[in-house]
Amino acid sequence: MPNSYFQNYIPVLVMLGVVAFLAGAMLVLSYLLGQRRPSREKLAPYECGITPTGDARQRFSVKFYLVAMVFILFDVEVIFLYPWAVIFRELKLFGFVEMLLFILLVAAGFAYLWKKGILDWTKSDSGEFG
Amino acid sequence: MSLPILIFTLAKIVVILLVLLTVVAYAVWFERKLVARIQSRWGPTRVGPHGLLQPLADAIKLLTKEDITPSGVFGLVYLLAPALSLITALLAFSVIPFGPVTEVGGVDLFQIADLDIGLLFILSISSMGVYGIVLAGWSSNSKYSLLGGLRSSAQMISYELAAGLSLVGVLLLSGSLNLREIVNAQTGVWGIIPRWNVFPQFIGFFCFLTAAIAETNRLPFDLPEAETELVAGYHTEYSSMKFAMFFMAEYTNMLTVSCLATLLFFGGWHGPTFGPAVLQAILPLFWFSLKVLCFLFLYVWIRGTLPRFRYDQLMAFGWKVLVPVALGNLVLTSFIVALWSA
Repeated sequence: MPNSYFQNYIPVLVMLGVVAFLAGAMLVLSYLLGQRRPSREKLAPYECGITPTGDARQRFSVKFYLVAMVFILFDVEVIFLYPWAVIFRELKLFGFVEMLLFILLVAAGFAYLWKKGILDWTKSDSGEFG
Repeated sequence: MSLPILIFTLAKIVVILLVLLTVVAYAVWFERKLVARIQSRWGPTRVGPHGLLQPLADAIKLLTKEDITPSGVFGLVYLLAPALSLITALLAFSVIPFGPVTEVGGVDLFQIADLDIGLLFILSISSMGVYGIVLAGWSSNSKYSLLGGLRSSAQMISYELAAGLSLVGVLLLSGSLNLREIVNAQTGVWGIIPRWNVFPQFIGFFCFLTAAIAETNRLPFDLPEAETELVAGYHTEYSSMKFAMFFMAEYTNMLTVSCLATLLFFGGWHGPTFGPAVLQAILPLFWFSLKVLCFLFLYVWIRGTLPRFRYDQLMAFGWKVLVPVALGNLVLTSFIVALWSA
């Protein structure tokens, strides 16, 4: 029944409301209760006591983007595995062979990434992939 | 859903949250005490007997500290980041069952929401936690914060993959994403050992445990806040209660992971029950708490014993060891299950 299905989620919504209220209350309370004596040095971003140089939002290693992209690819593949695993008992050996082919394809992609050095964090950024 | 049930649900959620936050506060105390003993110190002793009132004192102190908003921060995002961390951490807890179904007035006391896709819900909500950290790092206008946030997000998504893969083995054995059904599938014994998933899935268990420790940014994988190089990582610029919210989120995540490990691999609340009816009703809760406590102890023990990884080692370990091992475990498990069910 779709009705009772959605009913399961009502407590989650209530929980979200309570938790959001709690987080908001904490922010407001600490804003109200804390003393406030700002000074220029106190408001400066922390840089080990030295006057900050330049903007903090600088360019950073492209490796982080690569990891994010690879993650999305593989995470989608993991999501395919979840429903398969849940009904696996009914699929039996047929399901196993089907998924083995899929996993082999994933593994081939993984091996390619590995060989290209995407997974080597220390490799210099000036390689083929940026 | 009728109004009385809704009110009762609200009351239950408030009570569970209060207990949860108290447990989180005392997890901090537990960790400080235990790490101190590992390092031949005493830990907190001044506030109350054995420092037991220390969490309360900390809460009051943090609440009344100056709420500094450094210049150059991206205002709204800076404010929302700790809230987002805490909200996702607490919300993930809402599908954790901590005892067998005990209904009073049509409401189950020991679980907030019994979702059919409970495990998927936890995974999705806890991966939302990355947003809190990366937004905090980016909005703080501090180089340490930015580096900490970036490192943390890369680490969390890498290890999330390994954690997700290692859990497929459990799904193969139990055939459900509902946490309650996964626990119920572990009822009974094989000879003298209990039917816990940890025995057939020990490779998956170790993958999950390692990935979970890395995902919660705990030692030896706490690179995002490696004090020696990044000051405090993504929450360098946070003070007062905003800092405390990140702290609470981290400990809540630890607790959720401990609960998840107990439910998925160690039979949840199953354990010997005996004696009168009252004792039989309480014992499952006791077993569940005991198992979770063991995992919390393990967390602190690991923190007190192991040195920190280097960042490139950490990423290499996640991608080149954990992911292939979890994938192999998955193929092996599905092969055995296929043979066994054919």
